[in-house]
Amino acid sequence: MLDSAIQKKLLKGREYIGVDKIDGPLVFISKTHPVGYRELIECVDAKGAVRLGMVLETSQDVVVAQIFEGTSGLTLPSSRVRFCGEPLTIPVSKEMLGRVFNGLGKPIDGGPPQRCDLELNVSGMAINPISRQYPRDFIQTGISTIDGMNTLIRGQKLPIFSGNGLPHNELAAQIARQAKIRGTETEFAVVFAAMGVKHDVARFFTRSFEESGVLENVALFLSLADDPSIERLITPRTALTLAEHLAFNEDMHVLVIMTDMTNYCESLREISTLRGEIPSRKGYPGYLYSDLAELYERSGMIKGYSGSITSLPILTMPNDDISHPIPDLSGYITEGQIVFEREMDGRGIYPPIAGLPSLSRLMKDGIGEGMTREDHPHLASQLFAAYSYVKDVRNLASVIGEEELTPLDHQYLDFGKAFEEKFVTQRTDEDRSIEQTLDIGWEVLRTLPIDELHRITEEEIEKYYGA
Amino acid sequence: MKQRIIGEVKRVNGPVIEVSGITDAMMFELVKVGEQKLIGEIIKLESNNAIVQVYEDTTGVTPHDPVYGEGMQISVELGPGIIGTIYDGIQRPLEKIREIAPIYIDRGISVSSLDREKQWHFTPSVNKGDTLQGGMIVGTVQETERVEHRILVPPDLSGTIVSIVAAGEYTVDQTIAEIQTQNSVIPLTLMHRWPIRVARPVSKRLPLDIPLITGQRVIDTLFPVAKGGTVAIPGGFGTGKTMTQQAVAKWCDADIIVYIGCGERGNEITDVLAEFPKLIDPRTGRSLMERTVLIANTSNMPVSAREASIYTGITLAEYFRDQGYHVAVMADSTSRWAEALRELSGRMEEMPAEEGFPAYLPTRIAEFYERAGYMETLSQKQGSLSIIGAVSPPGGDFSEPVTQHTKRFIRCFWALDRALANARHYPAISWLDSYSEYLTEMSAWWEENVTSTWQEDRTIIMDLLHREVRLQQVVKLVGPDALPDTQRFVLDVCTLFKNAFLQQNAYDKIDMYSVPEKQVKMLHIIVTYWRRGSEAIKGGATIVKLRKMKVYQDMVKMKFTVPNDKLSQLDKIEARLERSLNQLETIYA
Repeated sequence: MLDSAIQKKLLKGREYIGVDKIDGPLVFISKTHPVGYRELIECVDAKGAVRLGMVLETSQDVVVAQIFEGTSGLTLPSSRVRFCGEPLTIPVSKEMLGRVFNGLGKPIDGGPPQRCDLELNVSGMAINPISRQYPRDFIQTGISTIDGMNTLIRGQKLPIFSGNGLPHNELAAQIARQAKIRGTETEFAVVFAAMGVKHDVARFFTRSFEESGVLENVALFLSLADDPSIERLITPRTALTLAEHLAFNEDMHVLVIMTDMTNYCESLREISTLRGEIPSRKGYPGYLYSDLAELYERSGMIKGYSGSITSLPILTMPNDDISHPIPDLSGYITEGQIVFEREMDGRGIYPPIAGLPSLSRLMKDGIGEGMTREDHPHLASQLFAAYSYVKDVRNLASVIGEEELTPLDHQYLDFGKAFEEKFVTQRTDEDRSIEQTLDIGWEVLRTLPIDELHRITEEEIEKYYGA
Repeated sequence: MKQRIIGEVKRVNGPVIEVSGITDAMMFELVKVGEQKLIGEIIKLESNNAIVQVYEDTTGVTPHDPVYGEGMQISVELGPGIIGTIYDGIQRPLEKIREIAPIYIDRGISVSSLDREKQWHFTPSVNKGDTLQGGMIVGTVQETERVEHRILVPPDLSGTIVSIVAAGEYTVDQTIAEIQTQNSVIPLTLMHRWPIRVARPVSKRLPLDIPLITGQRVIDTLFPVAKGGTVAIPGGFGTGKTMTQQAVAKWCDADIIVYIGCGERGNEITDVLAEFPKLIDPRTGRSLMERTVLIANTSNMPVSAREASIYTGITLAEYFRDQGYHVAVMADSTSRWAEALRELSGRMEEMPAEEGFPAYLPTRIAEFYERAGYMETLSQKQGSLSIIGAVSPPGGDFSEPVTQHTKRFIRCFWALDRALANARHYPAISWLDSYSEYLTEMSAWWEENVTSTWQEDRTIIMDLLHREVRLQQVVKLVGPDALPDTQRFVLDVCTLFKNAFLQQNAYDKIDMYSVPEKQVKMLHIIVTYWRRGSEAIKGGATIVKLRKMKVYQDMVKMKFTVPNDKLSQLDKIEARLERSLNQLETIYA
């Protein structure tokens, strides 16, 4: 028997004229040579334009492939399909920073093709959990609700659960502009993946990076709302592949912003339905969890490497429902979540980050003495506890009326107001240091009597409350 | 190694591949696919076709690729060297993989589960001429300072020992004894293999009447689990499933912990790896890692290995139980395992039942939980296997199939509550939805070993917690001021009980673990405060007066201030409480 590896090499690049069936973004080709699962294909239409695709299912009789650039204009007899013999790869290099690409990693800013240091498979591979370094470096975002209550840690994946019309883009841009590790000068980069977002949203981000003068440290991967929906499936993977290269081969600290994950999941559902797969909840495929995990889990830190990938996926909760499969499954994978509240936005509070459902799972190891300030853990815990009680009091007040409340409950209402107005609310260009954030935290706590501060030690009360 | 080709690839659909031209394959046989030798398992046979699920990423697998049979079912290697190791879902040591590939898990890496080079000091405990049944002990190896590894005859062998080596250093695959069975002489080594989908045999099941002490007050006092029992911990994301499991894994009084990270976050495994070696077991003074085995299949690792990881973990656990140990298995999370089943079932185009899950889901869940129990082992010892399984219901909705079917096969239910978690009340175990069916069986143990008041105090406090819920509904409508003092006192005692007893800080050096004696004493103090306090209120005292007692603050802080080895301080608090209440009574008398 001829060595099958050699045989595969010989067959690489073989081209077929004519396909058997086109259904949405899927093409079906029969009677091919043995084609590998997830192999890259090039589909040439009648006009000679080349579109890329990937094999989704292969068998001895028929091969099913998805075309990333869409199938519009393809015909059955005249389309030519070339099998490349290997999975989709992109060329990566540090020079990609400052450039704009489409979802497949091709430059769309009018510049020449990027220099290629390495060809990397966009699917990536699972990080060995033993190789991971547990993240514990505090990132100062300059936003009080994040720094103080839901601290972002380098190497964390912390999504923003938002809704349509809420200022998630403003917040993500503000984090990208202001994020820094204190006391260090490290090379950082932002990798931005846009999936199915509108042109003006993409422009908003570009302008915001431009104005703050960081554009040369940003690589943008844009698959906009009018691009084929199928391209969105590959966009985050290309972006993360570059991020991995920058972090683990170039020792940079990379912040990955992915927006909007909801569009990504919609595309996944579309393909799954076309293929006639058995759906699980709300028509999404059963592998939605594994698929999202493949993206989110690519962030982190590795022992022995100085770079890191911190990711900030943004998703809009359909109908503001946090139990919808997309936010729900994301929440099971990511290390916490920043949840937006429409009601706060309505009252003009920016950022409208809901106090109670938001959470940072890595916060506990990244704050306190030597990292932020020694009073941070207890202060955050006290603010949470007090604000949680405020919610109860407000509910009670809405039933029995504010006049009927006890004097202590009135103090809590004052605290709630001060907390939202002074601590939470800030301008989009306001960059608060962690000390400022904590001091404002103490300032609003002073609206409560000392007896109510159960979670704070006496020394801390003496040092900060009295001041 | 001889290569036996059993067929060739016909169709590839994700981790599920169809193989044609099958000649002599067997069900659940371990196979290697293609030139990369990807590990897989036969899960369906149909005329000359087979369905194989592959435990690695199948990118690049091509029709007509050869499929090799290994001639055995997918098995784990059982012998010295398991403790303290971290394995993937099919028992490949991740540390060894890292030596080959520094960051990522490459495909087709072949490493043996147990170190073939390492020498162990083996001490035989049988003599030539002894007749041994399957599962009996032939000798021991001191695996870690705290675990004596008892070398067992494979459960399916029995016969007479015809030779046995002297005490000395041996590797896991050297012959240490030979056994004459009915047909032939079979060499024994320090290790043997066992198929993961087959439960290891035991001699008989024993009743479950000894608690598994976890050191977590809400668990041990309100919803205790027995050694050999089964627990489900359901909860939406962010409610603290992993935190609760880790707390139990750290402090429970089992001899061996098998921690299965099934489809969860990579950093959680890293966290365990960083933290466990540093933590000291209060009972033995040794590092917790010396009793722990980790199975890690993180959410981005191949989905079919996720399905196998649960079985790999439980088989390792059974092996230690057979040596006469108390083993606790933490499975985090069984929902990911069920979802892996669903994904594979969908790829095989099977008819789905509820929410796309296959119709055999309940059978599989039952098979898994039934492997727990308190057993008399074949080695004539007693061992137990307790399973604590996390469930991640979508949207935190407990009516979904995995939670519902799991509930049918477990006897202890620790429901995590979103509202408690949002208020940062940890562990967020709801006292209304949780239950334990082991209470009556175990009350004898508590009364014999700890205190006679346990059951009575527990009943009083559970009653109060339920009354509080009804009263809170009234409060929501009319405000707390409208209630008479006797009823407001119920609210007050419940708040105290929640803050001073139920909430437990996993990061506080004293509070993270409470011995049973501390738990019952604390409970008794709070019950005393309730009993005497309500008498005082009937006598005319006010709640404010009760709360202003100095001893009240002592009660609030006793969980932080009284270490496990200085419990007499709690007696002092109780005495002071009685005194203060006596004073109050004399004032109002």
